[in-house]
Amino acid sequence: MTSHDGYGDRWFDREAGPVVRPYALTKGRTLPSGGATFGLIDVVIATSERPPAHFRPGPEHRRILNMCRRPTPIVDLTSEIDLPLGVVRVLLGDLTSEGMLRVLSTQKQPVTDQRLLRMVLDGLESL
Amino acid sequence: MDLNRFEDTHPAARPGSAVPATAKILISGGFGVGKTTLVGTISEIRPLRTEEPLSDRSVGVDDTRGVSAKTTTTVAMDFGRISFPSDLVLYLFGTPGQERFWFMWDDLAVGAVGAVIMADTRRVADCFASIDYFEQNGIPFVIAVNCFDDAPRFEPDDIRIALSLAPEVPIVLCDARERDSVKKVLVSLVRYVMTRHSRRNQATLA
Repeated sequence: MTSHDGYGDRWFDREAGPVVRPYALTKGRTLPSGGATFGLIDVVIATSERPPAHFRPGPEHRRILNMCRRPTPIVDLTSEIDLPLGVVRVLLGDLTSEGMLRVLSTQKQPVTDQRLLRMVLDGLESL
Repeated sequence: MDLNRFEDTHPAARPGSAVPATAKILISGGFGVGKTTLVGTISEIRPLRTEEPLSDRSVGVDDTRGVSAKTTTTVAMDFGRISFPSDLVLYLFGTPGQERFWFMWDDLAVGAVGAVIMADTRRVADCFASIDYFEQNGIPFVIAVNCFDDAPRFEPDDIRIALSLAPEVPIVLCDARERDSVKKVLVSLVRYVMTRHSRRNQATLA
């Protein structure tokens, strides 16, 4: 990494750890477009819609779409694609707002769905 | 997303579909209390990259489109994943201990079934921050007392007093290295959450 980014070397010290520029992939955006929120364990799937004329998916967009041909929890996607969560969320926002990706399930607080709780209990007890 | 749509698309509503139902449990407690051990005992460990905003050093030039000039450092964390034959995936997230990671707690907590707060009887005060957080956010939790070999043993009632816990909060003695013990902790959390809900529903009906 060079320091020709306008900030100079003052960002780099022992405490800072590795300073990276993951948001280069998102053209500097740190929040998903359209105010979308993506929970860690929300499940997404690619819609197989073609990209609209004004939107040219980047390589990371295409990787995500590829991985989401099956319903995929966002945390698994993020782990697999090895990009920071915030970056993945911005990319997911691009894809959902262009209709190429759909959120299948989302979690709310508190979890009161007794069927889900029962599934978790049965699963744990079967371990 | 409105409630009806949520019900329609919720994987638990369609057993046998390929859409996995997902749930998460948070594993919290002080530094060195055994969170990572507990998660590793019962689940497959996966890496997750997230980022820490360098807020005290940020330039603070945000424009209205969410374009930010803030610098972040990438932080590596792990999570646990248990995949069940019923198309359910249960995730275990350890809450990061240091103060500079507080911003991540809300992200981890949204939609959680509940939390396991691990306590070490040699340093009970270490879990106060976790208890405060989950109490304030209305997230149900159980206390898992990790029984280290050299730690003094206490009765659950003594621990309840030491932590000023409500009488209904379960306290489970555990060994984070033992699979059956960890399983017991997680089962007690889910049972507690289920009875809490049914008690609430009864209270609403009455």
